[in-house]
Amino acid sequence: MSPSFGRGAMTNHVVDLKNTDYALIMGSNAAENHPITMKWLTKARLERGAKIIHVDPRFTRTSQIADLYAPLRSGTDIAFLGGMIKYIFDNKRYHKEYVVNYTDASFIVKEGFDFHDGLFSGYDPAKGQYDNSSWDYEVDAEGKFITDPTLEHPRCVFQLMKKHYSRYDIDSVCNITGTPKNKYLQVLDMFTQSSAPNKIGNIMYAMGTTQHTVGTQNVRSYAVIQLLLGNMGRPGGGVNALRGENNVQGSTDQALLFHIIPGYITSPSNSPAHKTLDAFLAKETPKTGFKVNQPKWVVSLLKAWYGDAATPANDFAYHYLPKRDVNKNYSHIAMFEAMHRGEIDGLFIWGGNPVVGGPHANKEQEAMCNLKWLVAADLWLTESADFWTYQAWERPASETKVKKRTPADIKTEVFFLPAAAVYEKEGTAANTGRWVQYRGKAAEPVGDSRPDLWFIYEIGKRIQAAYANSKDPKDEPIKNMTWGPYGSDHEPDVVEVGLEMNGYYVDDPRKPVPGFPKLAADGSTACGNWIYCGQMTTKANGDLDYKPMWRDNKDNSKTGLGLYSNWAWCWPVNRRVLYNRCSVQPDGVTPWPGDEKRQLIGWALDKWVGDDVPDFNTSLAPDAPGGINPFIMRPEGKGCLFAAKGSTKDGPFPEHYEPWESPFPNLMSKQDKNPAVKVWEPDKQATPDKYPIIGTTYRVVEHWQTGALTRNLPWLAELMPDMFVEMSEQLAKIKGIRNGDKVIITTIRGDVEAVACVTKRFKPFVVGGRTVHQIGTVWHFGFKGYAKGDPANRLTPHIGDANTMIPEYKAWLCDVRRA
Amino acid sequence: MALKTNLYDVSKCTACRGCIIACKDWNQLPAVIEPFKGNYCTHEDTNGDTFTIMRFMEYEEDPADDVKWHFLKYQCMHCLDPACMKVCPRHAYTKTDWGATFHDPEKCVGCQYCTYACPFHIPKYRKREDKITKCTLCVERVEAGLTPACTRTCPTGALSFGDRHELLDYAEERVKFLRANGFPNATIYGKLELGGLNKLYILTDTPDKFGLPIDPKVSSTIPAWKDWIQPYVGWLIPLALAGSAFSFVTTRILAGKHEEHAEGGHE
Ligand code: SF4
Ligand code: SF4
Ligand code: SF4
Repeated sequence: MSPSFGRGAMTNHVVDLKNTDYALIMGSNAAENHPITMKWLTKARLERGAKIIHVDPRFTRTSQIADLYAPLRSGTDIAFLGGMIKYIFDNKRYHKEYVVNYTDASFIVKEGFDFHDGLFSGYDPAKGQYDNSSWDYEVDAEGKFITDPTLEHPRCVFQLMKKHYSRYDIDSVCNITGTPKNKYLQVLDMFTQSSAPNKIGNIMYAMGTTQHTVGTQNVRSYAVIQLLLGNMGRPGGGVNALRGENNVQGSTDQALLFHIIPGYITSPSNSPAHKTLDAFLAKETPKTGFKVNQPKWVVSLLKAWYGDAATPANDFAYHYLPKRDVNKNYSHIAMFEAMHRGEIDGLFIWGGNPVVGGPHANKEQEAMCNLKWLVAADLWLTESADFWTYQAWERPASETKVKKRTPADIKTEVFFLPAAAVYEKEGTAANTGRWVQYRGKAAEPVGDSRPDLWFIYEIGKRIQAAYANSKDPKDEPIKNMTWGPYGSDHEPDVVEVGLEMNGYYVDDPRKPVPGFPKLAADGSTACGNWIYCGQMTTKANGDLDYKPMWRDNKDNSKTGLGLYSNWAWCWPVNRRVLYNRCSVQPDGVTPWPGDEKRQLIGWALDKWVGDDVPDFNTSLAPDAPGGINPFIMRPEGKGCLFAAKGSTKDGPFPEHYEPWESPFPNLMSKQDKNPAVKVWEPDKQATPDKYPIIGTTYRVVEHWQTGALTRNLPWLAELMPDMFVEMSEQLAKIKGIRNGDKVIITTIRGDVEAVACVTKRFKPFVVGGRTVHQIGTVWHFGFKGYAKGDPANRLTPHIGDANTMIPEYKAWLCDVRRA
Repeated sequence: MALKTNLYDVSKCTACRGCIIACKDWNQLPAVIEPFKGNYCTHEDTNGDTFTIMRFMEYEEDPADDVKWHFLKYQCMHCLDPACMKVCPRHAYTKTDWGATFHDPEKCVGCQYCTYACPFHIPKYRKREDKITKCTLCVERVEAGLTPACTRTCPTGALSFGDRHELLDYAEERVKFLRANGFPNATIYGKLELGGLNKLYILTDTPDKFGLPIDPKVSSTIPAWKDWIQPYVGWLIPLALAGSAFSFVTTRILAGKHEEHAEGGHE
């Protein structure tokens, strides 16, 4: 989403779903995996007559709740959505006023940009990468973007886009996706009605969208559609990433990813452009947009991390920061590939379970055998903590795909840290709608289990103690790292951690910085994460007031939009709906016709006012230059239909490619697969002659992630006791499988056993005139706990999206037979 | 006191089964782990340790149109005129003044007569205690001013609890709306059935599509038999009924003793 809007986060929030007129749920089984969203969506339907549309390979609990359901073959989302973009153009179902003012539709693209037969300009087949310098806008002498508000210039984004999607006609699309034409037409007509100025539609998506080799571009398609329909930055609208885990938003905010440091700042690398702090800041800070403030965030971060050791004279200790190898990828797949090659000695696993959850889990389990040591923190011994046991190497078929090992073969030393459960510790989690919510401790931890924060804190303290007497300059980052104390007790106090995250004045460390505009690049402020700046304030009596603890259950929206601004706190600066400048017309005063109740902010003579916090430079009047730029985190200031250079690795417009493993060639162009993906295991790509069936994975509401928690809870094990695979009646008939039979699913990587769930809810697809079958398995199971079963990820491939490297769990090839 | 009822609106239910867990939690019912048999509803029926289940039923009327996946929460219906209460020789069943059919385990001897009498086959035998169990409509909670545990947990508002009259009015409105909006067969269940149930359903299709009897009936032989047997409880009957289908029941009523029993328990 960053390439389109500037931030990678759910744009609206969960309560806001009640304000929608049309909800398109795609790549998500929200009823199953985000049950609370259904509370608000059903409210929208009851109170506003909203329509719910669900698009998914199989009919799910969400489809049953939806007003309209359309199937599509796994991995063909861009074809489906590309057809919608064409439909929008053909039927003038775009919100013209919005598109002209709030998007880059009018921007002129430089000559030299081109697209031909599945490839954009700049592709280097030898490297398998794009040189994306030709994906750029034209600028004038002053560096200002050249635009054509009539949208008629042949090289304006609007016209280029129209041309790009002219190939996505309804018949071609249905021939790829396998969607029945009547259903497809109904979806197109229904959802694009949200282009009316008084109608707003939202898109809700989850892992069914992102876990593809074209995951980023799938999301881009949503962004493009929502911008064309005028649905961004308005209540009931948005592109809503439903996070797969209750604190995924928090984990990315805090940079549990290799390519960023806290607050979505690029992580420094060993490239010459990152050699010094100044060089790094010059390279990574854009010339326009809100991100021009980045030096303040980086310097404050260094002050938070290295305290007095960070001075203007030593570049604020920038040289302490570890630099990643610019030519290396450190994502999940890459890390396990390296481990498999024996390049990694030790591994910490916190609340993870790669033996169940990692793609090509057989390989990841093998890789772990190369570790010298492993530390796993969890509530129960997980499959990953027990990866060395006899049980861990049992396989359903006596097959050669995995070499059987015994504990004697495995030299890894395993340490297990007993973690406290969520109700046994206090802390915050950032939910899918960016709300940072505090929760207290309800019970004492069982036995000697401790909160993760305690473990981390102790490890840090003990490492520092071990290095305290070192004279080696390379140990300085450890010695000089600020590491609490967080409160007086030996258990770190989450409010104190919250203060460091929020930021404080170096000369008055108890005084919270009130918000990120107050952060400074001169070393006078320290801030652990600039986007969390503003979450801490002081009460009248001088005590710290941690806003995530706020529990004011009153809706502060005068028109009943459910903002609840004093319930917890959300980043950035408590804006509940991102890009909310779009909720009012460009003049800043007039609401969109017929939509007075959903205006969030407005210009009142000399200032911006409203129920939500303006996501906007409030010093600018609507008629000031930049006064109508709602997307302040983008250098363009606009919502981007065109993802200009540097935004993505695989194209400025989403283009359909087949999944890495697919039974079909690409019917749209000669380019079968996403040309910019990195192939890790060319020998592990299945062909449809041996593996003709499409496979996918998903979750059920009764279990959570790898089931490490839920499979150990008897009541939940009771509700979903076994690994199962869903398939159509037609496929079951061909394979001689009856409902409830034990079956074996095989891929080129591994075999698993499962119970067959033969259902009318899965249907074969007709694609390119041929019938193809799809099955789906749940990936919650492993060999521990009350509910046991083979991990479905023994089937899934080691390949990821071209940009994010998220694995392609959702579309691969397999076969199935009776056990 | 006015009747207080649980209303279940299937059009809002996502079959998350939070209600089942809430029920097990409140009533501290142990898990009964059965193998997955090809349907999300892992229990085919309620059992001694499972007061409520969620049924999943697939239908396909027109192959050109979508399948339908019907969900149904199933538990005791708290009939206003409950057959279970009529037949119980030990008077273990009572009706609360607000409409719950309450079963007192202290009085229950595990004869299971109620199981056979109940038109929904709800009361189930719990082997380890040699007693019958079923949904209590959370009597203790309701009388303490709370809503039933299942209702409290329901995320979508499919379950609600309140005054039966008010809920009936709401249900009438809702059914009217559903009929006009794509569910021509939408109906209320529990308003008139068996003289009224203290558990109301808003269904999006006819009751049989949800596995509910369209016109539930109490077996005509049961009340007669019971009226006949009741005065003689304590003596004589085993002889009189020896060999009849219900002899094992009566034997237990009279003996009131603990005995291994295969039927009913799924433990
Ligand atoms: S809790 Fe509510 S939504 Fe969930 S299954 Fe029960 S009745 Fe349905
Ligand atoms: S449903 Fe059965 S057990 Fe419940 S009140 Fe009616 S007759 Fe009694
Ligand atoms: S009313 Fe109480 S006992 Fe009955 S199903 Fe609900 S939670 Fe269980």
